[in-house]
Amino acid sequence: MTAVKRVWGIPLVRHLVIGVVALVVVLFVLSSLSPFRNAQMATMAYLAIAAGGLTVLTGLSGQLSLGHGAFLAVGAYTTAYLLKDPDPPLPLVVIMLVSVAVALVVGGVVGVAAARLKGPYVAGATLALAVAVPALVRYLHGFGQEQGLHVIVPDVPRWFTDIVWQITGVDVDPVSYVAYLGWIALIVTFILLANLMRSRTGRTWRALRDNDVAAEIAGITLGRSRVLAFVMSTAAAGLAGSLMALSVRVAAPSGFPVDLSLTLLSAVVLGGLGSLTGALLGSALLTFLPQAVTNWGSSAGLSDVQSAELAPVVYGLIMMAVILLAPAGVVGSLRHAWQRRRGLA
Amino acid sequence: MQQFWTTLLGGLTLGAVYAAFALALCLIWRSTRVVNFAQAPMAMVTTYVGLEVIDSTGSYWLGFVVALAAGLVLGAVVERGLVRFVEGKSDLNVVILTLGLFVVLHSLAAIVFGQDYKSFPAPFSLQGLHVGGHNLAITGFGVFTLIAVAVVFVLLVALFRFTDLGLKMRASAFSPEVARLLGVRVGKMLTLGWALAAVVGSLAGLLVAGGSLVFPQFMDSVVVYGFVAAVLGGLDSPAGSVVGGLVLGLALSFVSGYAASDLVPITALGILVLVLLVRPGGLFSHVAERRV
Repeated sequence: MTAVKRVWGIPLVRHLVIGVVALVVVLFVLSSLSPFRNAQMATMAYLAIAAGGLTVLTGLSGQLSLGHGAFLAVGAYTTAYLLKDPDPPLPLVVIMLVSVAVALVVGGVVGVAAARLKGPYVAGATLALAVAVPALVRYLHGFGQEQGLHVIVPDVPRWFTDIVWQITGVDVDPVSYVAYLGWIALIVTFILLANLMRSRTGRTWRALRDNDVAAEIAGITLGRSRVLAFVMSTAAAGLAGSLMALSVRVAAPSGFPVDLSLTLLSAVVLGGLGSLTGALLGSALLTFLPQAVTNWGSSAGLSDVQSAELAPVVYGLIMMAVILLAPAGVVGSLRHAWQRRRGLA
Repeated sequence: MQQFWTTLLGGLTLGAVYAAFALALCLIWRSTRVVNFAQAPMAMVTTYVGLEVIDSTGSYWLGFVVALAAGLVLGAVVERGLVRFVEGKSDLNVVILTLGLFVVLHSLAAIVFGQDYKSFPAPFSLQGLHVGGHNLAITGFGVFTLIAVAVVFVLLVALFRFTDLGLKMRASAFSPEVARLLGVRVGKMLTLGWALAAVVGSLAGLLVAGGSLVFPQFMDSVVVYGFVAAVLGGLDSPAGSVVGGLVLGLALSFVSGYAASDLVPITALGILVLVLLVRPGGLFSHVAERRV
């Protein structure tokens, strides 16, 4: 019993076990859903990956980025550029990794500039970035201007269908293929991020978030840690963008408005700053809430246009309520309550 | 040559609007150390209120005054009702609160006022002025914009530099505890700071809207460029806001006039990054000691 407890205490083991269990559960859930629900699950997966990266940046290292949509655009355009022909030059997984690498490089450049700045100045620079990237893409040749690039999703590989069929007994159609890819990527990303958060690097980030002067005196190089956090979160955003291109099947400038960046930030806040579970919960809310609220709005007698605007009102209100009433977010508040109960019992 | 003057004067008017918006941000920053991301939607709402008044009474100036008054009330309500509760907590909380308000106001306006484009009247001519037989590239409304922003700037500087009230406001922002001990009603000063900033923001809204179309997203470009202008000048300085606004307005106007309008956002980003890499606190920043 104590041996099990000791092994469970190793973060890597714990995260891997949770990851494998989650993978199996996800396979069964996705195989039982309709194509429409699978498309929604794919959306949730890429939002959650981006929100997970932003959790590391904002929740852990305390830097605010209002421009993560720009890095999603970088990832999405890289994937779309490599997948614009029916016969892709590289395997899909490699294309996704290339998208991550490109976003990582761009993130490195922006991160070096951002690390010199404080609070509102970082926010201003990243906000300008969120507007600049879609406009630049519109201007440059070879990216399809306003219409954007169409993405041709490669056929589902034989071995993939076989494995899924072996486990769940269901065939993989092209729509759910993207959902499977998204959730596998999500689980891998979250295992990596969870390990990073529990490591020395994660502790360094928390230290500089809580008190940068003290952290510097303790021997932490502020600039390097800040840039590292920024790069990690942009890599996650690049992966999310790649999956977004695959699930939307197009990469166009209108897909990356400033609202997207703010939406991501709200996903991080809704669940609770600094918690990956929170990021997952926040992105679930963002994916499934709009439809529910819109239906509720039309049944309450609002016009279609009006009820479509109801969803942002609701999550804007939730965002404000979370900050005013439960600044630790939903997950953080539950954790506090749980710890308090255990302390009393 | 004609195109040069058109671009120059157009850039100045545009810059004046950014400057007004940046002044509003600077005012809140000076009085509460908060960046109000909901500034633009707040101005959008007050502009709609103004438009309703203009449509029902037919008087531009009545609508103008009502919009500014609505800004005053809205600013005070937002500070007293929302921002007050996260005062002194982590900076991130206030930012997220104002972003939440941004989203809510944006969508509420679309529900209440509708998504349609509505035309907003202008009090002055929208034709180029004639002086001595020459056709100038600036409109009557453009002149009004420049004058209005200049007046606001002078009033704000006078408020902060020469009046007792301005001193109290600066003290409350600089060191709330010491100010409270010395008998300043810090809470009231904060509310007043927000209210005044919202008035300036409403003015920016009216200037953007005049002679043009109003719809829930009409302030969106000003959000980004106004903010960039404020950061460019150094959030702390009203003069910096004005200079930042004018520099940005001129630069963007020349880029869109002589190159391509799609290059405007990347130019704004380029200017911002260049300035901040040389002076991380903006053009007009003071060197501040850091408190450990």
